[in-house]
Formats: sequence, C-alpha cells, structure tokens
Amino acid sequence: MHESKKNLAFIDGSRLIAEALVRAGADTFVGYPITPANLLYLYASKRFPTMLAAPDEITALQWMSGFAVAGHVPVTATSYPGYALMVESIGMAAMMELPMVIVLVQRLGPATGTATCGAQGDLNVVFGTVSGGYSIPTFSISNYHDCWELSAKAVHTAIELRTPVVLLTSKEMVMTLQSFDWSNLPEIQTKKVKHYKGEEAYLPYKADETLVPDFLPVSQNKHQVRITASTHDTKGILQNVLPEAIENTKRLEQKLREHIDEYTTYELDEQQGAEALIITYDISSQATREAVVHLREKGKKVSLLVAKTLLPIPQVYVDIANRYSKVVVVEENLTGQLRYLLFGVAGRKGVSGVNGIAKMISPTEIVEEVMRNE
Amino acid sequence: MSNTRFLTDAQLPFCKGCGHALVAQNTEKALQKLNINPLDVVLVTDIGCHGIVDKSFLTHTVHGLHGRSSALAAGITAGLNNPGKKVIVFTGDGGATIGMQHLIGGAHLGFDMTIVVHNNMLYGMTGGQPSEFTPYGFKTPTLPEGSTKPGYDICELMVAAGASYVERVIGIGDYSDSLTKAFTASGFSLVEVMEICPSYGVKSNPGMKLSKLVEDAGWNVKVYADGKGKSFKTPINSEPKSLISKKFEVQPKYSSNIQKPISIMLSGSAGEGVQSAAEFLAKAAIVSGLNSTKKGSYPVTVGVGFSASEVIVSPNQILYTGSPVPDVLIITSTDGLGYARAAAGRMKEGVIYIDDTLDAPETGARVVKVPFRERVGAKNSAMYAVFYAVHHEKFYPIEALKDVFLSNKIAEKVNIESLLQF
Repeated sequence: MHESKKNLAFIDGSRLIAEALVRAGADTFVGYPITPANLLYLYASKRFPTMLAAPDEITALQWMSGFAVAGHVPVTATSYPGYALMVESIGMAAMMELPMVIVLVQRLGPATGTATCGAQGDLNVVFGTVSGGYSIPTFSISNYHDCWELSAKAVHTAIELRTPVVLLTSKEMVMTLQSFDWSNLPEIQTKKVKHYKGEEAYLPYKADETLVPDFLPVSQNKHQVRITASTHDTKGILQNVLPEAIENTKRLEQKLREHIDEYTTYELDEQQGAEALIITYDISSQATREAVVHLREKGKKVSLLVAKTLLPIPQVYVDIANRYSKVVVVEENLTGQLRYLLFGVAGRKGVSGVNGIAKMISPTEIVEEVMRNE
Repeated sequence: MSNTRFLTDAQLPFCKGCGHALVAQNTEKALQKLNINPLDVVLVTDIGCHGIVDKSFLTHTVHGLHGRSSALAAGITAGLNNPGKKVIVFTGDGGATIGMQHLIGGAHLGFDMTIVVHNNMLYGMTGGQPSEFTPYGFKTPTLPEGSTKPGYDICELMVAAGASYVERVIGIGDYSDSLTKAFTASGFSLVEVMEICPSYGVKSNPGMKLSKLVEDAGWNVKVYADGKGKSFKTPINSEPKSLISKKFEVQPKYSSNIQKPISIMLSGSAGEGVQSAAEFLAKAAIVSGLNSTKKGSYPVTVGVGFSASEVIVSPNQILYTGSPVPDVLIITSTDGLGYARAAAGRMKEGVIYIDDTLDAPETGARVVKVPFRERVGAKNSAMYAVFYAVHHEKFYPIEALKDVFLSNKIAEKVNIESLLQF
C-alpha cells in the first residue's frame, strides 16, 4: 500500500479546470455544448455563480462580451467548430479589451472531423484569430497540475491585461479519469478587474505606463463609458486612421508584449551535457516526460522543454532551442504547428518533429526520433 | 418630462433627410419622458449608417459587430441584471437580417432591452444592396428591376418569438411615445421604424411615398404586443459548492503485487455498462494502493454501437495515458469485437477474454472464451467480465472491486453473487 497517497482522487481534468477558473475570479460561464468540452459545461452549471446556455457559439461570445462590459469575468468552453464561429467576436473582445477565457478543447479535424478523438490541431488557428496578427495570450495544459494552475493563470492574465485568453487543451486531458494526488495544489488568489478611481472624466482607452487602461463597467453611473470594436481614440469614439487611434490599436499588441514575462510559464528540465532537446506542449507532454525517463535510463542525455505559454511565442523558447544541435518537437498534428511557429518555413538544421493524428503520440515514437542517426 | 440632454449639441452625423436623425431625437425625447439619468442607459449600436451615432449620445455607448448588437446587449442586460437600467439597441435592417437568431432568441428569453430597427429597406453603407427586409417591387441601385419577393415582417416574427412589446411606426415626426412605451415594457421590446434612404431609396424609387410603400407591402403600422411579457432574470447561484471534495478521494485499503503497469482494454456495446465497469476496474486499483487511468472511446451517438474503455493500473505514477497494445483485452459483444480487432492484432502476448459466442480475432495473445452474456445477460456482461478478469489476472484483490461495486447504487439492482461465477 502506498502510504503517501492520502489524497488520491479519481477525477477528470475538467473538474480541476472549472474549479480553478472560479477561484481565480471568473464568475460567469456561457456555454454551448460541444464534444469533447461537455464536462466543462456540466461542471460549470454546478460551480459558476452564473451559468447561461447560449443558442450558438456566436451568441455565446457576444453574451460573454456583454457580461464583461457589465463588469463580469466570463468563460466558455468549446472545440474547433465552435471556436471558428467565435473568431470574429473574439477579435471584437480583444479590440474592446474585455477580459474573458475561452477553453478550447481540441478534437480531430478538419471540419467536424471526429468529435470523440483528441488532437493538437488548433494552435495555428488561435495564432491567426485576430486580423492584423495581434495576439491572444494562449496557455496549454500539460498535466493535472496545469489544469489547476494554468486555468487560474488564464483568468488572472485576462483580468490584468484586459484581454481574451485561450486555454488550450485536448479531449484526453478533460475526459480521461486519472488517480491524482491533489494535496499539493496551491491556493488560488481571486483577482478582480482594476477600476478607474479618478474624479476627472473617464477615458476608457487611456492607459498609463502599464499600457492597460483602467476599466469601468456600465453598471455605474458616475462616468460615461464608451466601448467599441472599431478603430477608436482614447475616448472610445470611432475614428478612421487618426494617429491617436492607430497608436491605441498598436497598444493592444504592445501591452501583451510588455507584460509577457509575467505570463510566460514553461517547464525546463535540462540535463548537463545533453545535445538534444525535446520541445512539447499540451496532450503530448506526458508521453514526452515518459520518453525522457526512458532515454535517460538508456544513457542518452536529453533535455526537455514543455511550453505552457504558447502565444505570443516567448523568445526564451527560441533561445533555449538555440543551445541544442538537435531539437525534436512533439505534437499531435500533421504538420508540426509549434515547430512552424518556432522555426518557420525555412526550419533549422537539426530540427525535426514527431507528429501524428488520430492517436496519442507514444513515448516509443519519441524515443525513436531522438535516437535516430545515433 | 425632464430637459436632461441625452444627445450632444453637435450635428447628427447623417445625410440630409435621413430618418436616422429622427430616431436619435425621438429616443432622446422618449428618455426625457422617463426622467432617467443618461448614465443609467446603455446604447448598443450595430454596423451600418445608424451605428456612427454613438458619439452623439451622452449615455454609455457600446459599438460592436454587424448583426450582433442584440446578442451583445443581451449579455449586457443579463450582466447588469437590473431593471432600473435601460439597454437600447440600434440596428438596421441589414443587422437585423444577420442577427435574426439573436432577435428571436432575445424575444424568446425576454431579455430586458429595446431594439430599435432602422428599417430603410436596403444596405445604405455599402452602396444600396437589398436586404431581407426589402419589399416586393422596391428598387435599389443593385436591383434596378425591383425586388421579386416580399420583405420580412419583423413585427410578426417577434410576436411569434414571444416579444413583450412590438410596434411598427412610420419614421416621420414625433413617435417618442411609442419608444417610451417600448423602453418601459418589461422584457424584450422592439420598435420597427420605417424609413427611406435619401441617398439610395429615394433615387431608385422616385416619387414613392413611405406610408404608401409600407401599406402596399402589407405591413401594419400598429402595436403588436402590449408590453406585459416576462423579463429574463439572470440565474445566480449564491452558494455554489466546490467541485473539489473529499468524496472524490479514494482511500487505499488493500495492496497489489503487480510490479509494472498493466493496460486493460474493455470493448463492448453501448448500453451494456462498459464505461461504468471500466471505472470500477480503475477505482478498485486505487483502493488497492495503485495508480490508475480510465478513458473512454465511443461514437458520438452514445446510445448505440461500440463502447470501449482503456484502463491502466500501475504501482508507479502514470504519465502517458495511451495504451496502443493492451496487456489484457476483454471483449463482450460483436460491436466490441469490431472495435478491438486492430488492438487484438497488435498483441503478441497477453490474454484476451472474449464472449464465447464470438469468433476469436487474429492475435498473438492467449484467448479465453467465457459465456459472459449467457451467464448475466447483455446489460451486465461488461461488469461481469471485469470481475472475471480481476479474479483470474489478480491485478489486485477481488475484494477491492467488490468494495467499489457495493458502495455504488448499482449494487441495489445487480446481485453481486451473479458476478462471482468463476
């Protein structure tokens, strides 16, 4: 008997995600059911202070935006077909600077694909969500601890930077039941959106050196609030290409870059003398951790980078990769989406991928790729 | 009636002769009659000529996407959850066409808000294309021969959807009383203001009178619903219970002698308890001091076809939850055999427990035929097969599985003795 396992729970990842989102400060869940995000919808209906069932995913994102305008921090959970419908509205929320979290549970595509099969196929979709190449901060879950900590991080980032945030995960993380020792889960701090406290007229899009404007909900009647998705000045009034308005638009990306160190999180397990680095994220992370154990048991020196903040891509990932002559990027998709974001079309000598669809990538495949040509 | 200003002194940003200016002025007058603070009003505008009016209003203003204003406003009014606030949506006939689902849904749920449809029967911002509201015979620059179909009757649609207050007005002169009634109605209200676009509508239809056009289209200028409908109340769970509680913890009570991870695939038919049986199998492993994972595979139609589950039990922490080649495969039905055939083919060793009515698949594993279905019936075949496999494979003591079974309400319906036929 394993005496140390006093708090071994038998749960799915959705339970941890839903609980952590609420503890971190999210208060409203707007859902439209889609496989494999169903459990998040179910748990949200029990756990969120307010839960609404939307008639479709466009409505879901619009209702969420409305809730955010009224001072709430909303969440939804979806999969690619739903996310595709949300895209225009996510861009709107980014332009309006509304805090919210979209949990994107990946499944096998293209199109409706196979609803009950997992995947890691949507990173490039999220990368291209906002017209103009602006970023949506995106986190990806590598294990149950991340279900807890990154869900909180997603809400905190949304609140602190006034932006939509995507929390990327996959069917096998949110639906598989696993024994899990939850006695070491850290406390989660509840955060609130920072409100404008001044007496002077409120300028909804005037930011200080943090580049993040103070917020005021339309529930108060002391200051006028103007919110718009069109190019706008600091007053929130629609403008054409007025320099002040264009500067405001540029600020949307600048604020995310300025604060990137605050929301960059990754796991780096470097082995001295290793010339090979494995980079992975999301649902392939656990197989990769297992592969690293096997490789080291065989005497192969290898380092591991599990990327948890995916977008915008932190420069540190490229810096770490550049220290290694051999880099293997492991992800459950056809073309290597993170590999593409890190190394581009040109690629880099020594960089290869372990990819596949319709099944989880196994530790054996990863070991074989790392040992190839050795 | 107060003289509080809801509009700035600046000139309204519309073409000369456009009815949109009158909508803004009538809205101000209607709000003055309500004696309300401008900052207790949220104006949500859509895309289209009318949508540039934000800067003229002294209320809160929110300007979103084309067609989505009524959904955005629904979120705002639900988020405010305060009938003292007035949420007003300005949209055009184009926005109403795109967002018809939001209008129907809003009326259906009774969100506390008023939609003012600026219906000038064409898309004015993009060059005068016809919308779904363009009436029969009405000409636009891109439809010089005139529309060959009637336009939507939004008022009838909203009544059918359950709107509380609905009225159509001709957008000339003072119609502020109509707007006041809509603003004070409980729940969802809609006023359709009939206009004609001075830039495209007038030029394409010279001499046409707005009231005659509305009459010819069969659209009644009247009140359609009386404003006594129900308003949406945002559900608030003031004491939600944590999803993390002791009841999900499983206390180790027994011990297991297995030295390495064992992966077990259970493959049967939907409706035959496969997922529950697999969950019990995994949970009993934890009761036996092991770690375990359990994942399900099934088609989207959960009530028919195959149902399979992969369980891993291990003395160590489990990282990778996949199991491409099971150590033990349990097959209880034809559907299950179909799904598991590939996995059976990959097995070079191990054991397959299969219902004795089925032909053994090609495999390198040892095959054991058991009359699972005959002994306990189809419905309990998966549960029985799990008991059978645990008994013979000795992953952990059978008592652990018995404990898990007996602590579940299924034990009230299924006699455990029937599952202990080894």
